[in-house]
Amino acid sequence: MKILVCISKTPDTTAKIAFTDNNTKFADAGVQWIINPYDEWYALVRAIELKEADASTSIHLATVGGADAEPIIRKALALGGDEAIRINVDPSDSYQVAAQIAEVAKQGNYDLVLTGKETIDFNNGSVGGMLAEFLDMPYVAQATSLQLAGTTATVKREIEGGEETVEVALPLVVSCQKGMAEARIPNMRGIMAARTKPLKVVEASGNETLTNVAEFGLPPAKAGVKLVSPDNVDELIRLLHEEARVI
Amino acid sequence: MNVLVFIDHVDGHIKKASLEAASYGAQLAQKAGGTAEAIALGNLTEDLATLGKYGIQKVHQVKNDALNTIDAQVYTKVIEQAVQQTGAKVVVFSNNSTGKLVAPRLSVRLKAGLVAGAVALPDTTNGFVVRKNVFSGKAFANVSINTDIKIISLNVNAFTISATGGTAEVVPFNATVDAPKVKVIDTTKASGKVSLTEADIVVSAGRGLKGPENWKMVEDLADSLGAALACSRPVADAHWRPHNEHVGQTGVAIAPNLYIAIGISGAIQHLAGVNRSKVIVVVNKDPEAPFFKAADYGIVGDAFEVVPKMLEAVKKVKASS
Repeated sequence: MKILVCISKTPDTTAKIAFTDNNTKFADAGVQWIINPYDEWYALVRAIELKEADASTSIHLATVGGADAEPIIRKALALGGDEAIRINVDPSDSYQVAAQIAEVAKQGNYDLVLTGKETIDFNNGSVGGMLAEFLDMPYVAQATSLQLAGTTATVKREIEGGEETVEVALPLVVSCQKGMAEARIPNMRGIMAARTKPLKVVEASGNETLTNVAEFGLPPAKAGVKLVSPDNVDELIRLLHEEARVI
Repeated sequence: MNVLVFIDHVDGHIKKASLEAASYGAQLAQKAGGTAEAIALGNLTEDLATLGKYGIQKVHQVKNDALNTIDAQVYTKVIEQAVQQTGAKVVVFSNNSTGKLVAPRLSVRLKAGLVAGAVALPDTTNGFVVRKNVFSGKAFANVSINTDIKIISLNVNAFTISATGGTAEVVPFNATVDAPKVKVIDTTKASGKVSLTEADIVVSAGRGLKGPENWKMVEDLADSLGAALACSRPVADAHWRPHNEHVGQTGVAIAPNLYIAIGISGAIQHLAGVNRSKVIVVVNKDPEAPFFKAADYGIVGDAFEVVPKMLEAVKKVKASS
């Protein structure tokens, strides 16, 4: 069993969001970078769990980014990836990311490709589906559970107001979210081992993009909270009914 | 510029999110001087002609049992055929569970730029620029689509449904439909009565409730408002409530008209999942809780005293309106 886990570098969840260069670029000075939580906590950890259940499984990691992505790749290797591939280009849209990873994936003959359900910076949730189309594989999005029996996957996915359980034959692309696995912390042994695990750098093959960010912006600040006394709850409901008109 | 809107449905009925997409697509077509048509796959019991009320002129329907299973590969190929036949230059999806499966695949298949999670109509004054939320709602990006065909998936609850009147022409669409590779073996409804991502009102509670045994009053309040139930991450992690109720940066992101947060301090990661709510109400006994800074209305008080009073007040308002 060969699993490819797609890893993305994102700002820490508490990072201050600001922009530079006429609001065309994220201001990353002093920002701490992390593995995108959905990629780490759910996609990667589920892959590690599958490897723990079947020692013949190998886990490869793929990321699209410059050398500054290597610390987060090393962390992913410390958690339990076997080897990593960094495609050396600073990506600017989901199509570009998916196209680059697809080139790597085609050469790797993977049974299972896992991504997080979205990144916490661009919130697109598109790379998994795009990758599946490039690879001509079935795709299950927003999965909360993944079980394997031979070459058949049983996947639970979130739908509006509930969950759907589907059966699909491998090879398969799955985007993962909460419920899929429990987050882990790398241990010292893993951190030491990660230093010697292979991290291959390949150059990008073509750099086509279909979209670009013209401008970033921040939403207007809130006007401030209107506090109501706990002894006058009726007044709160009246405000919601008559002023805000949401009840 | 002709627009094609994908119509999603559940239990034979058009999803509310697809009515938002239909309204959006119709307004875009009107703005760009084109027609708004729709594509519906599978067996709907609802009359598709009603989409005319939202500005859709023609609905292409593919009735085929193979489409009752949502297999992204199969759906993508059928929608591709519809795009080719209608000559649509913009395809609109809802950014819901089906849109997230299909829109990215279609983007690759048609080599059409995709903006996933749009929150407003495109600006067509200089190119084709679509606004979306980024950084989990803490910022927005205006994204330019640079391809001939454009795909937009519209965030749920981001666009107001506008019904005017009229009837759409419903025509059968003869598409080549592949056999699905995905087999549905079970479907379960979540514990809540209302879908969290589509709800107009969400009532959410956190660790301030002290234990899962105290959720009854929150459920009662949600029921009285016709609201969906949600919770903070620590509550889901402690298994007080199911994971599918966890709203926040790493849980479900929501954008209801009203979000009521009870006993939730408002960590930055929680705010990231709820900051697109139009009105936020916070009930917390700690006046320093950071959530009050993001709230529109608030009560500094004990949830166990305030929530039952809220329930009574809601009942009174409902009875008098």
